[in-house]
Amino acid sequence: MTENLPLAKAINLGLAKALAADPKVLLMGEDIATLGGVFRVTEGLKAEFGENRVIDTPLAESAIVGTAIGLAMRGYRPVCEIQFDGFIFPGFDQITSQLAKLTYRHEGSQSFPIVIRVPYGGHIGAVEHHQESPEAYFAHTPGLRVVSPATPHDGYWMIQQAIASNDPVMFFEPKSRYWQKGEVDRETPPGAFQASRVIRMGTEVTLVGHGAMVAALLQAADIAASEGTSVEVIDLRSLSPIDYAPIIASVQKTGRLVVAQEAPGHVSVGSEIAATVAERAFYSLEAPVMRVSGFDTPFPPAKLEGNYLPDADRILEAVDRALAF
Amino acid sequence: MSSDATVQLLTPDGKLVSDDRTSEYLPWIEKLPESRLLDFHRQMVVMRRFDTEAGNLQRQGQLALWIPSIGQEAAQVGSGYAAAPQDHLFPAYREHVVGRIRGLDLMRIIEMLRGLSHGGWVPSETGNFHLYTLVIGSQALHATGYAMGIALDRLLDVSNDGAPTLRDPEKDAAVLVYFGDGASSQGDVSEAFTFAASYQTPQVFFLQNNHWAISVPVERQSRTPLYLRGTGFGIPSVQIDGNDVLASYAVTSANLLSARSGEGPRLIEALTYRMGAHTTSDDPTKYRENEEVAYWGARDPIARYEAYLRGQGVGDDFFAEVAQEAEDVAADARARTVLLQDPPTTKIFEHVYSDPHPLVDAQRDWLAAYEASFDTADGIADLEGAP
Repeated sequence: MTENLPLAKAINLGLAKALAADPKVLLMGEDIATLGGVFRVTEGLKAEFGENRVIDTPLAESAIVGTAIGLAMRGYRPVCEIQFDGFIFPGFDQITSQLAKLTYRHEGSQSFPIVIRVPYGGHIGAVEHHQESPEAYFAHTPGLRVVSPATPHDGYWMIQQAIASNDPVMFFEPKSRYWQKGEVDRETPPGAFQASRVIRMGTEVTLVGHGAMVAALLQAADIAASEGTSVEVIDLRSLSPIDYAPIIASVQKTGRLVVAQEAPGHVSVGSEIAATVAERAFYSLEAPVMRVSGFDTPFPPAKLEGNYLPDADRILEAVDRALAF
Repeated sequence: MSSDATVQLLTPDGKLVSDDRTSEYLPWIEKLPESRLLDFHRQMVVMRRFDTEAGNLQRQGQLALWIPSIGQEAAQVGSGYAAAPQDHLFPAYREHVVGRIRGLDLMRIIEMLRGLSHGGWVPSETGNFHLYTLVIGSQALHATGYAMGIALDRLLDVSNDGAPTLRDPEKDAAVLVYFGDGASSQGDVSEAFTFAASYQTPQVFFLQNNHWAISVPVERQSRTPLYLRGTGFGIPSVQIDGNDVLASYAVTSANLLSARSGEGPRLIEALTYRMGAHTTSDDPTKYRENEEVAYWGARDPIARYEAYLRGQGVGDDFFAEVAQEAEDVAADARARTVLLQDPPTTKIFEHVYSDPHPLVDAQRDWLAAYEASFDTADGIADLEGAP
């Protein structure tokens, strides 16, 4: 049985299930308790689980992460919400210098099962610091796991899998998809947590992306199909580690790969996939791996975001270049 | 600098201060058995000798670095003994003797500074003495989170009648976190004050003001006495003579009891002095005057406490015995240090994650194959590329 739910509600239900299943799970962040979060992802959870498990914190990102580390040492499994992508950097030191390294520093005697939820990405017409895609910083950092759900079904299950992980997980939520509905099956157990997944079969070009970009990839695939080009689409789902097996298998079939992301392209997740596919599937490639990215500029003022963010047309332009080789 | 507000139980020449101000704290000293009063001296002397030995080992190439604590023994020994067994201690990186008091083998610190580990001791096996933190002040937030957890344990663990479990200051845990005058300028320390005050955590912030953050004097960090910072956050705060081991013990004991009793966080500023270099990589003659060092040398914490003990009738035999113990500990450390073996290269890849991770596993296997390839006639030509 499935239900048609928006992503925000699916994550909310996943959080509620995790809170109910394990008394050590805590939610903490700015405005998450009484207000339910600025995106209402935690709405109703304080009423259901109490103010000691759904905790409004003072306004300090470094302390949200740093105290979550101490709570994990005491046996809790904190789920931190960072209010917006661009506000994560005051907490960057605690995430990268402390959280990411503490299991290693403890030589395994202590786990740090902390989830950091980050609404990320553009398409919402917001002011500066509210539309960014900083996931590459964290994917570059050993000791962190980085995931991003593209659908409500994955939102429901992946947040629970992230909380169940014994490692720190950066959980990037595509905020432009929060209110898009999709089918959620709350009965069927989920697949592997950090597996990438072929979500549309095709034969001529492979498209790879994560988060909100997945919808654009599917839209591009539809348009390509209407023009007679068969496109395979892979939802990356995990940015660290990256599950390459489905990508390599797909490229061995199609010979062409386009990687799309909202983030700037320089030293990005897309760059890493392009390099790895070139190393591992060189003789299968009929064309260079193409990257479609945000530009290497700060995120522009919102009236220009339509020109900045990759969309189906930009993806198809790269598909055309790949096919022309 | 100290002032009338500074709590001092022993004058620099080792006389007990009995007045209205100290009467609050003296009972903590009066109820101590003599053996513990002697432990204070023993730990300070052993630590100073160990510091000298470790510095020598560094100069001889046996350690990459040593971090001396000479001059700060009283602040550390007093506060370290004030912690109850169930308390959790979060050090910065200079509190070696606190670790020793809690049961940490100082060789674990030697190993870290030789380049064999990043710490790696198990806090539950070392008297809840947590790992060192080198990024200045970061541990203040970990300690505060830990203290939030202690408070939450009580709030979430309700008994059958729905009431929170009763508080027991004898059994409940508090947190003691160490940091320095330099760290007081870090945002993380201010954020820790904010969170601790907001959630009324059971913890004591122990600020060792040793007057120098490498080459920068405390006057550059703060124009107000550092203990007054706590007041602005709503944290009751006190300044002590940090070279007075009895003041450090008694004031920390009283404040930890307050924390365990549910009265919220406390801040202690211990005025002390880093007599040596910041680390063996530092040269303090480049930034501070001999007169200042001499001033603090005349306020040496060990000499002060020895004078007190002698005034109490402790005789030469004890001091000779402690001196010999210090020599033995130093000799043992030297003997064990030169025998230390390098870790296997597989240590690079261990415990990066708690759960399996394909990239780390693949790189571990690749390095093993790469290193093994030097033992074969074929060399490395058969290796797959690095994952």
